[in-house]
Amino acid sequence: MQNFEIYDLIEIAVFFAVLLLLVKPLGGYMAKVFQGEKNLLSPVMRPLERLIYRIAGIDEKKETGWKRYAFSLLLFNFTLMVFIFLVLLLQGVLPLNPEGLPRFSLPLAFNTAVSFATNTNWQAYSGESTASYFTQTVALTLSHFITPAIGTTVIIALIRGIVRRTVREIGNFWVDLTRSILYILLPIALVAAIFLISQGVIQNFSGYQAAHLVQPVTGAAGSSISKQTIPMGPVASFESIKLLGTNGGGFFGANSAHPYENPSPLTNFIEMLLFLAIPLSLTYTFGKMVGNTRQGWAILTAMMVILIASLGIMYWAEHAGNPLIHQQGVAGPNMEGKEVRFGIGGSTLFAAGTTATSDGAVNSMHDSYTPLGGGMTLFLMLLSEVVPGGVGSGLYTMLGFVIIAVFVAGLMIGRTPEYLGKKIEVREMWMSVIIVLTSGVSVLIFSGIALLISAGTSSILNPGPHGLSEVLYAFASGSNNNGSAFAGLNANTSFYNFTLGAGMLLGRFVPAVAALAMAGSLAVKKYVPPSVGTLPTDNLTFIGWLIVVVLIVGALTFLPALGLGPIIEHLIMTGRK
Amino acid sequence: MKLREIKRVLLMLGIFLVLLAVIYPAVVTLVGRVAFPGKEAGSLIQKHGRVVGSSLIGQQFTSPGYFWPRPSAAASTLLGGSMPYDPLASGGSNLGPTNPKLVSPDPAVGEVSGAVRALRNSGVSGPLPIDLVTSSGSGLDPDITVEAARAQAARVAAARHMPLATVEQLIDAHTDSRWLGFIGTRRVNVLELNLALDAS
Repeated sequence: MQNFEIYDLIEIAVFFAVLLLLVKPLGGYMAKVFQGEKNLLSPVMRPLERLIYRIAGIDEKKETGWKRYAFSLLLFNFTLMVFIFLVLLLQGVLPLNPEGLPRFSLPLAFNTAVSFATNTNWQAYSGESTASYFTQTVALTLSHFITPAIGTTVIIALIRGIVRRTVREIGNFWVDLTRSILYILLPIALVAAIFLISQGVIQNFSGYQAAHLVQPVTGAAGSSISKQTIPMGPVASFESIKLLGTNGGGFFGANSAHPYENPSPLTNFIEMLLFLAIPLSLTYTFGKMVGNTRQGWAILTAMMVILIASLGIMYWAEHAGNPLIHQQGVAGPNMEGKEVRFGIGGSTLFAAGTTATSDGAVNSMHDSYTPLGGGMTLFLMLLSEVVPGGVGSGLYTMLGFVIIAVFVAGLMIGRTPEYLGKKIEVREMWMSVIIVLTSGVSVLIFSGIALLISAGTSSILNPGPHGLSEVLYAFASGSNNNGSAFAGLNANTSFYNFTLGAGMLLGRFVPAVAALAMAGSLAVKKYVPPSVGTLPTDNLTFIGWLIVVVLIVGALTFLPALGLGPIIEHLIMTGRK
Repeated sequence: MKLREIKRVLLMLGIFLVLLAVIYPAVVTLVGRVAFPGKEAGSLIQKHGRVVGSSLIGQQFTSPGYFWPRPSAAASTLLGGSMPYDPLASGGSNLGPTNPKLVSPDPAVGEVSGAVRALRNSGVSGPLPIDLVTSSGSGLDPDITVEAARAQAARVAAARHMPLATVEQLIDAHTDSRWLGFIGTRRVNVLELNLALDAS
């Protein structure tokens, strides 16, 4: 049997071509926005931007040091979290609730509020049976915009720290936040939402629709069921920013596999572009702002190599299918948990993209992937999500890896560890290690606890090594703020709601504050002009070295766990009995 | 200073609340209603003045005279029993690739072998297309592959006393090709095909 479907390969190749063509224009545009230069949307957005500053009493020329920047960020983010929490608890008495859905339980409200406020969007509930239209728009759509904007402020501040010389200030948090929303997220989300409606994504505030089934079916109790209840809702406005902001929380339980969220192969193509475009283009923004675009392209190349290699393995495994099913007179790739309209190409490309960014939307059920295919989704998250990672968070985590790579290479070849004219010293190393390792430590500790106590193991759906993968996946997803799931795991228990919530908080805020602290310590440093002793960070050697560092840190931390989960299961699945 | 910052946080949250959670969804809803009526409301299909389903949401069919959809894991207990293709419980089976509930050769245990047995009993022969015996990610998949439709054509034709050629023509007429020739899968919408069968 052929190892691939030619149309899938064409789709994947065209997808990456379109994506890479977007990097320069979008990345250059974002650089203009954050440097306060005139841009395409200035005539429309500048007056609105000014108005916002006037109402909130913000002096856009006044910048702050990193501590003040971090203080505003944390205060704003935690206020958002409390707001979401209150909306969820009060859902029953709030408007726009035609189905009369009751309030969220306390552990679920905590988990969901933390999850959406940290850009994780892990969901221990199904939207159609749990969340009202008020919750979906006022609380969740709002956080879909704000959390990626916050991620962007951190990376922009870090870039300024690298660029600036001997100053304390790294920017104005409110200005960076506002610009990110007004010039980048809102306009793209608006256009994308309208496009999605044109393809069949719904957008209304009607009550659920009853449809008279063409052929009534017999229920389990022997009763005849003649109606299907079809949920409605403001999906398109939610969907576009869910993807663009690498949020990933679905309007419906089935997320982007649901035909009302992702009705056709074309919407699937566009949705994948939405979640990869900003994180990848930020590498060009970075290069532009540090005055050397080759530095940005170098990081992008390292990201793409890991992403495409992972996708290749995943595609091969899924296309080869499941021998235990083939034995039963069935032919074809692994379609369990996948939609016919996307096929293997559109499903694996989405799965690789959503776990390589921090999006976490799914258009197929990762839990039902083959061991190696599902193992690759797990692997991409365990690399701390840097190929290219979430909006903002991906690049600042990657810069943590870059600095570690520069430092280690410097030690090995006896050159001064410096990056883009800034000396790498103890403080930067501390911060980089915190950025890179926080999520990994959190994954290992929480997974360890979950596997030791019955509150953790009783939620597992699939027996054997697959059960280990389910638990590992849950904490990898939470701590890296991804939000996708091996959804067989019953995560709506007090144990998982609280431990996953804790993992999300650690994985989001510890690296973000460390990145800001590093921005502060880099900004006050002098510029060191490059000399013969400087390690070049924009050539192929360095790109290769960076890939090795990412793989060593990410893979070695988890090799034993990956061996006991996906790899053993692969041997069981393919073993001859 | 701290107090002023708290006030600013609340003001900014309020501003973005109005802009992003009120104005933005309202604009999208209005544009959708004016520019794409019907699509924003769920692509519902009407027959004799009543809604019989949505062209995007699958339905369960079990009678031999209809094309069958894929197995569905969207079965909730909300309606007092398990009902496949229940849009109130969208989702996949989440069964792993070695889970006996998925792959056991015993039809009473394994999802795949259960579906294989039902298809074989209905008279479908030859190698079975995999989409017909596995459940989708949403549990609401409206489509099957062209191969899965062709595999059922003889059964449908026999049950309806229709010429096989007519049934195959209907399949061709309801086949969606790949977008631009290479994006997605060639597929058949089961509900639309079955409604066309009833109408012919």
